[in-house]
Amino acid sequence: MSLSAKDVAEILQALEASTFDTLDLELNGVKLKLSRSAGVVLQPAGNFPAKGPDHGSAATTGAAVHAVRIEAPHGTVAVAAPLLGIFYRSPRPGEAAFVEVGNRVEADTNVGIIEVMKLMNTVRAGLRGEVVAIPARNGELVEYGEALLFVRPD
Amino acid sequence: MPIRRVLIANRGEIALRVIRSCRELGIETVLAVSEADRDSLPVRLSDRAVCIGPGRASDSYLQIDTLVQAALGTGADAVHPGYGFLSERAPFARRCEEAGLVFIGPTVAQLEAVGDKLRARAEALAAHVPVVQGGSAHSLAEATTLVARVGTPLLIKAVGGGGGRGMQRVDHESDLPAAMDMASAEAGAAFGDARVYLERYVAHGRHVEVQVLGDGQGQVIHLGERDCSVQRRYQKLIEESPAPRLDPRLREELYSAAVRFAARLHYRGAGTVEFLVDMERGEFYFLEMNARIQVEHPVTEAVTGIDLVAAQIRIAGGGGLPLAQSELRLAGCAIECRINAEDPAHDFMPSPGRVVTAEWPQGEGIRVDTHIAAGSSVPPYYDSLLGKIIAHGASREQARTRLAAALAATRIEGVKTNVGYQQQLLADPEFMRGGVDTGFVARRGT
Repeated sequence: MSLSAKDVAEILQALEASTFDTLDLELNGVKLKLSRSAGVVLQPAGNFPAKGPDHGSAATTGAAVHAVRIEAPHGTVAVAAPLLGIFYRSPRPGEAAFVEVGNRVEADTNVGIIEVMKLMNTVRAGLRGEVVAIPARNGELVEYGEALLFVRPD
Repeated sequence: MPIRRVLIANRGEIALRVIRSCRELGIETVLAVSEADRDSLPVRLSDRAVCIGPGRASDSYLQIDTLVQAALGTGADAVHPGYGFLSERAPFARRCEEAGLVFIGPTVAQLEAVGDKLRARAEALAAHVPVVQGGSAHSLAEATTLVARVGTPLLIKAVGGGGGRGMQRVDHESDLPAAMDMASAEAGAAFGDARVYLERYVAHGRHVEVQVLGDGQGQVIHLGERDCSVQRRYQKLIEESPAPRLDPRLREELYSAAVRFAARLHYRGAGTVEFLVDMERGEFYFLEMNARIQVEHPVTEAVTGIDLVAAQIRIAGGGGLPLAQSELRLAGCAIECRINAEDPAHDFMPSPGRVVTAEWPQGEGIRVDTHIAAGSSVPPYYDSLLGKIIAHGASREQARTRLAAALAATRIEGVKTNVGYQQQLLADPEFMRGGVDTGFVARRGT
């Protein structure tokens, strides 16, 4: 079996609502890693890139916070951060978010803002569909290419 | 102010080198990486990595605002720029300072003073440091007047350049107009500054540079010299310390000239004052100052026992110089070979790709600085440096022999490298004798 997009969305929401920061789930060859800061990775188990020789005695304690390639859950497309910066879900503090889970978006729908050194950059959905999940957190640093939201295209 | 978390605005072996010193100092590291470097070794060894943009350097490692934002967003209190990329760009240092981040390097004013090569020449003269005959050439008329005084051959250099990039040699006065046009256009494209200047071409010169450390308060010490005369098209291939067969009196003069130059600027951090030693006249001239850690810094570390990156961080954090001049002890000889992903059989064309095998040497007196392991990728966007092999010995011959054995034990497959070429250079009688000039590589052919 594999996880459907709906499953992933539900798990994401459950994590969102919980007090946990990370969730590791492995079932039948599918590995799902969720973390509040790093987004979502969905990949077949046992298919991790080969690890090269360890240089010296360097510890690998920081691995959990390392940048990860974010892939969209099955049937959805990630709206990726076009640049590194602080992600905002709403136009101003206290105002309603540009989009919520369940909303429909068009290619030119504003879905968020990324601030780079006081310069506000509008992020557009770039496709048409339904917002399934919003892994990026308001007011936090997002990396270049990090998934901001997952959209199930029409 | 003690530094707790450093954002490293660089990649490759120098990123790993900075991580190593930070670990020893108990400082956390955040590595800014491009998409092409996401799976690199430095990413795995840093405490955290953030992706700052696509592979092309102009979209990632050269994005000032993105890097400053990455530092702020990850709670870093300092930025280490490494070498190349933004390391000597005054606007980057200024932006860091404005954002309340410690820039691990010289001040903005110092970067501006040495970044403009014409201004650096003026600073040298003011510090009573000799410069090569020459001067600014804003127009062809000005250049022609200068040629009448200096004669040919001469070099056209970019005011905003450095490291040998964007230089043009002119052998005949009649070639001047075309060469000026080309040099100016190249300088404009490469450095965003089309200004050029002229210098007399020294036929038999050695490239000897002096490593300095300054506390930013006017105290400057030197850490000996490095001879980087083994160059191909102005790109250094082999560096060593001390400079072989250099007149001891001249060596002392180089030290004091370098210290004088840096002290006058109240230089802060690690820097290198480069000189051209005119072998025929027995004189030396100021070339430029590199206001950053250099690729070849390990040879200095080998003979001094000083961690230069740790010294940079210490000075940036207000800790002052790690030693007094009188405490400096220079021990033995060190030689470094740069290992590049390039194909000597095809005019040293860059050879990006995936490294399948990476066996680096080990042994007495051998140090390897590299970010390359089996499986590492060499992206096409950046310089081709795979790593550096440094040998230290009691004598130059011992260091050379150790380095030759180390190169023989090095096996890199998947990309073409210059390992074999470097072995030939090390075994060349002229190099073995020591004290070659910068024309050595070109004379040998390939």
